[in-house]
Amino acid sequence: MDYEAAIGLETHVQLRTKSKMWCSCANAFGAPPNTQVCPVCLGLPGVLPVANEEALRLTALTGFLLQCAVAPLAKFDRKNYFYPDMPKNYQITQYDKPSTLQGQVEFEFEQKLARVRITRAHLEEDVGKSFHFDRHSGVDFNRAGVPLMEIVSEPDIASAEMAYSYLNALKDILTYGGVSDCDMEKGMVRCDVNVSVRPQGQKELGAKIEIKNMNSFSGVRRALEYEIPRQIAVLKSGGKLTQETRRWNDDAGITETMRTKEEAHDYRYFPEPDLMPFVPSEAWLDEVRQRVVELPLARKSRFMKDYHLPATDAEAFVNDPDLGNFFEGIARGAKNPKAIANWVINNLRAKMSETQTALSHLKFLPSAIADLTQLVDSGKISTKIAQEVFAEMFATGESPAAIIERKGLAQVSDTGAIESFCNEVILANPKSVADFQAGKEAALNFLKGQVMKLSKGRANPNVVGELLVRKLKG
Amino acid sequence: MHSGSFDAQYVAHLARIALSEEEQRKLGDQLAQILNYVEKLKELDVTGVEPTAHPVPLANVARADEPRASLPAAEALRNAPAQANDLFLVPKIVE
Repeated sequence: MDYEAAIGLETHVQLRTKSKMWCSCANAFGAPPNTQVCPVCLGLPGVLPVANEEALRLTALTGFLLQCAVAPLAKFDRKNYFYPDMPKNYQITQYDKPSTLQGQVEFEFEQKLARVRITRAHLEEDVGKSFHFDRHSGVDFNRAGVPLMEIVSEPDIASAEMAYSYLNALKDILTYGGVSDCDMEKGMVRCDVNVSVRPQGQKELGAKIEIKNMNSFSGVRRALEYEIPRQIAVLKSGGKLTQETRRWNDDAGITETMRTKEEAHDYRYFPEPDLMPFVPSEAWLDEVRQRVVELPLARKSRFMKDYHLPATDAEAFVNDPDLGNFFEGIARGAKNPKAIANWVINNLRAKMSETQTALSHLKFLPSAIADLTQLVDSGKISTKIAQEVFAEMFATGESPAAIIERKGLAQVSDTGAIESFCNEVILANPKSVADFQAGKEAALNFLKGQVMKLSKGRANPNVVGELLVRKLKG
Repeated sequence: MHSGSFDAQYVAHLARIALSEEEQRKLGDQLAQILNYVEKLKELDVTGVEPTAHPVPLANVARADEPRASLPAAEALRNAPAQANDLFLVPKIVE
C-alpha cells in the first residue's frame, strides 16, 4: 500500500517594529542581556499592557498579503503555562478571535503553481531566551514581549521539499511586505511542524505528530525527510501511530518523543482582561491597504512578460527588489530590456560587490546603462569594448559616449582599415589559413580573434568574419 | 459540575501549587460549590448573545510604536533570587 503525507506548518515570525508588543522597550536584536526590559515585559505585578498599533497594522497587512479575511473584531487571550522564559506564566495570544482568517500562499513548486491554504495569522508575543549551563539555565528577557505573528497553514503540504518551498515563499512575501526581516540567523522565524501519513486516497488524516521548535527551513526539510518514512514504516509493519509531540535532534538526524497526548499541555485559555478588543475601522484598514505590495510571484511573472526576461533574470530581480527597481527604472520603455538586464545582473552586480558599492552610491546615471546597450546594438562599439566602457563609467561616472570619444573606442567598420588587419593576419598564420581551406571551420575563429586583437577589439567582428571568408575562399 | 467531581489536584498541578490531601479536599469542596453556584447562569437563555470578553464597551486601545528607555539591567535583576552575567538564573531547564 502506498502512503501519503499531510503537513501543516505553524510559522512564528517576529514583526518589524521599533518597540515591543505591550510596552515601549526596544525590539532590537543583540543588546546585552536584560537591558531591553521593563516591569511590563518582566511580568511584574500591577502593570498594564498596551497594544503596539504598528504590530496590529503589520498583522492586518499580512492578512491582505495572504488574501485572508481581516476580522472585524479581534481579541486577545491568555495561554497559561509555566516555563522560565515566560515571565508572566502566560503568553498573550489570540485564541478564538484572531486578527486574520482563511488565506493562501501561492508559490512555484516543481514547475507548477502550488497553493497552501492559510488557516489564520494571529498576533502574540515572543518569550525570553535561555542559555544552558552546567547546573543552571540563565534567562535573558530582551526578547520577551517582542511582537510575534503565528501563521497557521492547513495540512496542504505533501512533502519535505514542498514544505521548504512554502516556507521560502512565505518568507519572501513577508520580507517584501516589510512585515518582518525574517532573519533566520537572528531567530526571527521559527516553525512547528504537524505531520501525519495516511494510505493514499484515504479521506481522514492520520495521527498528528508535531515536531516543535524548528529554527531553520533546511532543518524542517531534513526533519520531514526523516519523519515521513518513519511514520510510514510504523504503519507498514502493522504498528499504530498516536498523537504526540516530538523534537528534532539535529546532530543525530532523527526525531524523538518529547511528550505524548496524555502529557499534552492544558493551557486554560481565557480572555485577557487587560486588553480591549480590536475593531478596525474601514479608514484604518484602507491605510494599511496602501502598504500592500506586489508579491514576489506576481513580480516575477510581470518581469518576464513586460521585459521579455527569462525566469532566472526575473528571479534575480525578485530576490533583490532594489536591483529590480533599478532595472525597471532603466528598462521601462527601453528597446532592449534583456540587454539591460544582462548588464545589471552580470556586470553591475559583480562590480558593486567587488567594490562594496551600494546602488544609492553609483557614480553614473542609471540611463547610462541603456545608452551603453544602444551603442552596442547600433554597432558603434563591440560588446568587448562595452565592458571597458562600463568599467570606466562605473569608476568615474563619465558618460559612455564621452568615454568612447575620449579613448577612441568606436568600432571600426571601415573595410579598408579592417582589410589591412586581415591581410596581416593571413600572412602571419599560414597554418590556420591552410586548415580553414582544408575545411576546418574552427580555424576561422582563431583568425578572427587575431584580427580583433590586432584592432585592439575595435574592429566590427561581423565585418571581420565576412572579409576573412571572402579573402580565404576567393 | 457536582461537588466532589472537581479535580483539585489537577488544577493545583496546572497552577504549580502543592496541596496537602487535607487542603485538596477542602479547596476541592469549596471550588465545587463556587462552580455549582455559577452553574445557575446556565438557566439563562443566551441564544443570540455574543460571548462577552469585556464588560466595558471600549475597543482599539493602542499606542504608537515608539521605543523608550528600559530599566538598567541591575534594576531589572534586583529581585532575582539568583543571577549571573546579567541573566536570571533558574534551575536547569531542558525539555
